[in-house]
Amino acid sequence: MATVSVRQALKSFGTTRILHGVDVEIADGEFVVLVGPSGCGKSTLLRMIAGLENISGGEIAIDGRVVNNVPPKDRDIAMVFQNYALYPHMTVRQNMAFSMKLAKAPPAIMEEEVQRAAKILGLDALLDRYPRQLSGGQRQRVAMGRAIVRHPQVFLFDEPLSNLDAKLRVQMRSEIRELQQRLGTTTIYVTHDQIEAMTMADQIVVMNGGRIEQAGAPLALYDKPANLFVAGFIGSPAMNLLPGKVTPEGFRLEGGALLPLPPGAPANAATYGIRPEHMSLAEDGVEGIIVLVEPTGSETQVTMRLGETVVTGAFRERVQGRPGATLRVMPDLSLVHLFGPDGGRLPS
Amino acid sequence: MSATTAAPVWTKMRPKQGALSRLFDWKPFLAFVCLLPAVGLLMTFLTYPLGLGIWLAFTDTTIGREGIWVGLENFIWLMDDPIFWSAVFYSVFYTGVATIGKFALGLWLALLLNQHVPFKSMLRAIILLPWIVPTVLSAIAFWWIYDPQFSIISYVLVDALGWRDTNVDFINTAWPARWSLIAANIWRGIPFVAITLLAGLQTIPPSLYEAALLDGASGWQRFRHITFPMLLPILAIVMTFSIIFTFTDFQLVYAITRGGPVNSTHLLATLAFQRGIQGGQLGEGAAIAVSMIPFLVFATLFSYYGLARRKWQQGEGND
Repeated sequence: MATVSVRQALKSFGTTRILHGVDVEIADGEFVVLVGPSGCGKSTLLRMIAGLENISGGEIAIDGRVVNNVPPKDRDIAMVFQNYALYPHMTVRQNMAFSMKLAKAPPAIMEEEVQRAAKILGLDALLDRYPRQLSGGQRQRVAMGRAIVRHPQVFLFDEPLSNLDAKLRVQMRSEIRELQQRLGTTTIYVTHDQIEAMTMADQIVVMNGGRIEQAGAPLALYDKPANLFVAGFIGSPAMNLLPGKVTPEGFRLEGGALLPLPPGAPANAATYGIRPEHMSLAEDGVEGIIVLVEPTGSETQVTMRLGETVVTGAFRERVQGRPGATLRVMPDLSLVHLFGPDGGRLPS
Repeated sequence: MSATTAAPVWTKMRPKQGALSRLFDWKPFLAFVCLLPAVGLLMTFLTYPLGLGIWLAFTDTTIGREGIWVGLENFIWLMDDPIFWSAVFYSVFYTGVATIGKFALGLWLALLLNQHVPFKSMLRAIILLPWIVPTVLSAIAFWWIYDPQFSIISYVLVDALGWRDTNVDFINTAWPARWSLIAANIWRGIPFVAITLLAGLQTIPPSLYEAALLDGASGWQRFRHITFPMLLPILAIVMTFSIIFTFTDFQLVYAITRGGPVNSTHLLATLAFQRGIQGGQLGEGAAIAVSMIPFLVFATLFSYYGLARRKWQQGEGND
């Protein structure tokens, strides 16, 4: 177990800069999720920590030791790849024991470690199978087993669930999280799925365009997104980000509708952010015209038009209504997010 | 807009099928027709000559005289023929040494080309050159290179560098000639091996190497535990082909030494040609050619079953 520090990390491929000076501090035993859209540099950062990519500038330290020039095998880390990267010509047992075999471990210890990991992951019955004979979820577990047997200081996961179907993904999500809590190993996990990030992380690092937009606990990011990007990225369905300006009567949207402002709202607010789940149906609310009603069972998502602006609301009530019908909605004023012209969060 | 206007009545018709069209819809007939060209070609150019060759091997046919069935007499005769046995020996030796050489160098080249080297695509094209040149042309080039008087190698060593006093003897005595021919065959065979193995190398996912890197594997260990086992299936197929081509080689030897000096470099193919066509003993030549078949069958079976299918490549099923 160890801390991981990334200080001012730079990465360029030729003249293209991928990472523009990234800082991340990861505490011992923490589960950190790097999340962001495709091409934001999250996988590159993970591979730099693993040692599979060299570091163009800055510094990466594992357990206080700067590893910039340490080869991957000496960094004491284990990585689970997106495609699992299981050795197809080795059985599950051989796959898991491979690192120990290279390190010339005594066979008895190898077998013991493999059995221990197999027990944790429920792979006991599959040890003599080849990867070809396993399902996606089982392969995923073998990849984790290969990481576990090495007792690394840090686990790295590179989008490990993206090849699984939706149901299995949810299941493996909790399995990985449980396993991490059980082993207490520092873990860095890359994903583009913000729900994975929210449900698994101790700390989320939101990345965009080679920079960190915000880092913090999942709920802190949800409650107080630092800027428009994080506000739009975290949360599902996504937050309504409505451009407009502050007027004495309230917040005038570009589409013409008027939304109430919380007391003491800063006058320079340029974007009004409200999460769909923080809107409610109210007799005295703002009038909207229904565009689409999507019931999910537990709630109903309604896409509606306020003036010319399209807004999504998620309601506990079972909203009935055909497109074109009107309804009245009210944002919860204590949960309104206001953003300045530069996209940064305004204090309220 | 008047909704009362009745739409013209139209019933969809099924086109009537003619007898010919029905015939072609009949699966067995269609399969027969589709197979006909391929079967015809194979029968005419493969099965018939092979059958004729085997038949001739059991006759005493010579050019200009139809033979009669003599049973195993040709083969019994060959059993006591030292030149035949020397050709068998050299065929096996030639194939064995050349195959080892081709695969060692070809694999090495493929591994090099699989790295990030400058001018990679140009290098690949250059490597293919020996294979593109017609064999007889490259054989003639080697004939010159190996020439006792005009050899360029001798020229460099004797006249240019002065390292030797006499020209090198490449093809004038038995063993040097044997090794020289093997060298020419290796030169000619490398591209095929290198390019096919390179294709095989490129199918190995890079993430396997990254995983091995993290597992602590050194360069040699990555080759030994990842590259080589993953390459083995392709290696087996390429080797099967290579062995067949090398064992049945004719052009290089015929163009450079014609089996000489003193029959020391005869392969079974060149000996069969010499006896059968030049010597006119069609039956005996055919018998020599036919005697290659068991060797080829054995080599094919060995590399195919010994190396090809691995359990890990197969899908379902436990055992």
